[in-house]
Amino acid sequence: MRIRRKSTGDIIFDVLNNLFMFIVVIITLYPFYYIIISSFNDPIDLLKGPVYLWPRKFSVVNYIYIFQEKAILNAAFITVARTIIGSAAAVLFTAAFAYGISRKWLIGRNLFIKMAIITMYFSGGLIPTYLLITRFLNLAGNFLVFIIPNLFNAYNAFIMYSFFKGIPVEIEESAKIDGANDIIIFFKLILPLSLPILATIALFNGVWHWNSWFDALLYGEGKLETLPLYLVRAIQSATASAEAARFVSTTGITSTSIRLTTMVVTTFPITIVYPFLQKYFVKGIMIGALKD
Amino acid sequence: MESSIWNRRKINWKNIWAQRYIMILVLPVVLWMIIFNYLPMLGLIIAFKEYDPFLGPLKGFLESKWVGIDNFKEMFTDKYFWQALWNTIYYSVLNLIVGFPFAILFAILLNEIPNMWYKRFVQTVSYLPYFISWVFVIGYIYIILADNGIVNDVLLKLHIIDKPIPFLVTPDFVPPIVVLSNLWKSFGWNAIIFIAAITNIDPTLFEAAIVDGAGRFARIRYVTLPSIKPTIIILLIFNIAGIMTNYGMFEQMYLLSNGAIQDATEIIDTYTFKIGIVLSRFSYATAVGLFRSVAAVVLLVWANSISKKLTGESLY
Repeated sequence: MRIRRKSTGDIIFDVLNNLFMFIVVIITLYPFYYIIISSFNDPIDLLKGPVYLWPRKFSVVNYIYIFQEKAILNAAFITVARTIIGSAAAVLFTAAFAYGISRKWLIGRNLFIKMAIITMYFSGGLIPTYLLITRFLNLAGNFLVFIIPNLFNAYNAFIMYSFFKGIPVEIEESAKIDGANDIIIFFKLILPLSLPILATIALFNGVWHWNSWFDALLYGEGKLETLPLYLVRAIQSATASAEAARFVSTTGITSTSIRLTTMVVTTFPITIVYPFLQKYFVKGIMIGALKD
Repeated sequence: MESSIWNRRKINWKNIWAQRYIMILVLPVVLWMIIFNYLPMLGLIIAFKEYDPFLGPLKGFLESKWVGIDNFKEMFTDKYFWQALWNTIYYSVLNLIVGFPFAILFAILLNEIPNMWYKRFVQTVSYLPYFISWVFVIGYIYIILADNGIVNDVLLKLHIIDKPIPFLVTPDFVPPIVVLSNLWKSFGWNAIIFIAAITNIDPTLFEAAIVDGAGRFARIRYVTLPSIKPTIIILLIFNIAGIMTNYGMFEQMYLLSNGAIQDATEIIDTYTFKIGIVLSRFSYATAVGLFRSVAAVVLLVWANSISKKLTGESLY
């Protein structure tokens, strides 16, 4: 399809198509832009009506307030901690299993694969899991409740599995001749060769941890609040009172402004990180999508 | 340690010992699966009991009284259950009808953009909402649809309405809010797989079509669409199978819900949460959850066999 003359139909198509994509981009990005400009508008001024393109009365009081708020800082700390520790641990744990089942000679391989597949289609559901975590394992109110129950995910394991299968066996065999065991091979050879897929799974896990609030609600016992849970409470307090924009205190901050600013603070890190990891996860999804 | 020992894969202690290092990697995960996946599955037996939380953790499961299918009988006579079941199916099907074709359309049209830079930019932007939490999306909806929000403001300024519409407390607005917010959040992500399928089409097919005089639409209709048909069918099976297990929907509905629109936002998941966690009726809620899982598996098998019969494509 080299350079060729375009017909009128082609030109009309291209114009309309570009227009369509332009509208899609605007509709996708405007909510973020809208939240950002609103959060930089003076809270009292915002009561007069929404801002559309630019803050009417620029102000950073919302941010000053947010970054002095103990509860938010605490929630931010827990969220960052669970995101980093949780995704690093989950990636390692899941990769260990995926590497194991990618070795055809592993005893019990078929059983382990079947066990993992079953978990993708059937689970005990909310209540038995809740009882397991709160009654049997006594993890409620413990930071580990964010890490341990989320260590493994069968979908992610199979995406990694397809990747590990593609690594030539010769590499591993030569390492064995040199006296390396499977653990050393896994850490020193397989993991460094698999950075794209590890980045993909780390991103999935990281995003999941970053956005999670339901487990904090279920198991946090009021001690472990994450940023999104803080936002959930802010939203729900707004629904509880008919008047959404009520003064919180004498600080001149409104509940709407707190929500806006929390939304920006909660969302900003992800929108910064994901474009850099994009090339990895698109590749990762495609690997995962291929049937063996 | 020659590989002939491993090839035979005979299960004896000698072979297991030879594989001890890889077992150290794999077995913790197997143990984890037993605890976090399989124990809760065993826990499903309380759907047939009247779980007594005061008996203590283990005794509660073993010694609570058997009640047969009483919990299920109660479930099927509860009008709130039927409401929740209906809403679950209704919103899933609506999402499918709107979201699925849109993802295909977006993938096809994106592929027709000649400028590589622009194409990649649009694609990158389209994924972004997928990574954003439902809390953000619902928070945004609360802000733009409020009485003094941007939507009412525009409608008022254009004199289409003369007093604000209370979108958030009107049940009739729940379906469009649910479907549009879901479309916004997931279209780009859902399109990835179609974009990948289109990229894999043999370019000579397009060239041959051009030689035969096919225009833009003819190429889309006779080359692109038939080429991605298997992908479309597999994903359709997945989506139909997922009608009962739409996990993201819990967050969306739970956050959107308020007293005035409760009936319209109740789905199986929110119903289970309320009955089980809020009201601590563990056995009854487990029965509801079990019903949902069974229905999901039945749907999967059914969708798969229909597809196998009609098109020869299937998941397994």
